[in-house]
Amino acid sequence: MIDFTFTEEQELFRQAAREFAETQIAPRIPEMEETGRVNAEVVKALGEAEMMAITIPQEYGGLGLGYVARLIALEEISRVSVATAMMLQVLGLGIEPIIKFGTEEQKKKYLPGLAAGERLATIAVTEPTGGSDPTGGRTSYQKDGDDYVINGRKCFITNSHIADTIIVLAKDEEDPDAFSTFVVEGGMEGFKPGHREHKVGLRGCNTGELIFENCRVRGENLLGAEGQGLRVAMTGISEVGRGGMVGCGLGLQAACLEASVKFAQERILYGKPISRLQTIQNKLAEMKIDLDAGRLLGYRAAARQDQGLRSSNEFAVAKHFTTEAAQKAAKMAVDIHGGYGCLEEYAVTRYWRDAAVLGPSAGTSDIMKVIIARWVLS
Amino acid sequence: MLNIVVCVKAVPDPKEANKIKIDPVTKTLTRPGVPLVLNPLDKNALETALQIKAQHDAHVAVLSLGPPQAGKIVKECLALGADRGFLLCDPAFAGADAYATAYTLAKGIEKIGSYDVVLCGRASSDGSTEWVGPELATWLGIPVVTRVKEIVAFDGEWWKVKASLENGHRLVRAKLPAVFTVTKELNTPRTLSFSGIVGARKKEITRWGISELGVSEESVGLKGSPTIVSRMTTKDSKRQVEIIAGTREEKAERLVQRLVEAGVI
Repeated sequence: MIDFTFTEEQELFRQAAREFAETQIAPRIPEMEETGRVNAEVVKALGEAEMMAITIPQEYGGLGLGYVARLIALEEISRVSVATAMMLQVLGLGIEPIIKFGTEEQKKKYLPGLAAGERLATIAVTEPTGGSDPTGGRTSYQKDGDDYVINGRKCFITNSHIADTIIVLAKDEEDPDAFSTFVVEGGMEGFKPGHREHKVGLRGCNTGELIFENCRVRGENLLGAEGQGLRVAMTGISEVGRGGMVGCGLGLQAACLEASVKFAQERILYGKPISRLQTIQNKLAEMKIDLDAGRLLGYRAAARQDQGLRSSNEFAVAKHFTTEAAQKAAKMAVDIHGGYGCLEEYAVTRYWRDAAVLGPSAGTSDIMKVIIARWVLS
Repeated sequence: MLNIVVCVKAVPDPKEANKIKIDPVTKTLTRPGVPLVLNPLDKNALETALQIKAQHDAHVAVLSLGPPQAGKIVKECLALGADRGFLLCDPAFAGADAYATAYTLAKGIEKIGSYDVVLCGRASSDGSTEWVGPELATWLGIPVVTRVKEIVAFDGEWWKVKASLENGHRLVRAKLPAVFTVTKELNTPRTLSFSGIVGARKKEITRWGISELGVSEESVGLKGSPTIVSRMTTKDSKRQVEIIAGTREEKAERLVQRLVEAGVI
């Protein structure tokens, strides 16, 4: 029989993540919303709470807890702040290729600092000419003795201006079909963050450009074998990246439902709480159905990942479902709030703006369908 | 080494208190679907023990009386930093009042063996009698100080504490072993960490029933409880809305008049 219950330990992880989010992140949301900037205290708190260490093996300073635990943490953080969950999920996305493809020296060099939150990671694949099609990217590298020289520009990079450990995908200038990945570190000559994006939602999570102008990296910074860059980048994106988006979606779904239930029970119309109106109940029921279905899809994929099974397709299904459901839930939550749903004092307005960003992040819903269709047709 | 026993209780989550109802027949609390959590004031008791452990040679045991699900809150205490957990769990323990609870906990503490300090939260968030601490001390035959809000000084033999009174506090010196019940002013409890939860994997939870404790069925649980609940009522609070019209001055005058009529002022 399939056991759908969380273990006692997993329930404690959820409790820990919820306490952390409610006490350490929630008080800083107004400032994040106002400035749109990353809150340094939030980043510090994430590190102190060992949130970056969850998937890193214990021998490199991590907790070695795997991906169900990661999904639990992301869901609970997103329930409070989708922006913070997004930042955390991409920190994990930058860490994953080092765990999976790093040499022993690279793991020892980077992972302990990343686990402690002393280093911050991201992955840089998307460019104006290619995101969902990573082969469309123009950022290139040229071998020069033992070094590599990278030139190009990446865009829509989460954590662009805070990360100092960046996994960069680039193509070989000599062979445009060959891609490799490199660990570029903050402060390296020829590398700098560029334009900061001003997003409609996820304010407090940084997105922007990365510029490489004759950025010279040493041979030891090549991550994975030369020519295997697409595999290195896509392994992280298709499982950890999509999985992280599922956490963001689930948390937002839960937040929308909780806010809606609370408001519907307090708001009096026609002499009774609007929660007694069937039209409101229908919306609440739909949100609950989607939340439960999303959790089943998301945790199924994460459980497969923990078992070492391929989970990218299952995560594509879950990513499509949960980020779409989050957008639906946010719209319904705003509808339930009526005029109050247009006031910034009510969190549902933030949920609505955040939901709009979840769809395109880490592959649009249309791209997820392409992947899912490829799966069923294969 | 100072041996500290912290008594903790699993209570219905106070955040979901609106879901807790009174069964009119059994006169007990019904709480369908409300999760059990660590009693908030017991977190202060545990924090006290953990802070002492951080500075001195101390061993912290956690003791709870409750259903099997209470194992989760004992585990939580281990994740927070306690060394060892004990859960007194037996169908015969069910329905215990403060008297039988204190008796059973005392038997548990005696079985644990060496103890210098017993810490409890001032009260539980569900029953809120504040009786268990003093009754526990009575069963153990040791001193008790209730409502401790500050530990002024301590060593292996004496604890000097400030205990809250309604209009101030009293300074008390108690010889160990002793029971102390603590208030929320004493400290800010730490929160769970992922590594703490992982660390708790290696810590043991011992479960004891009536046979292990060597107590009779008549002395514990509902049978061992002399308290008789003769009546329980729920308090209805209804809202009334009345819109007062008029100029600003008229509205203020009528508002005061209505509040006087309603006996509010």
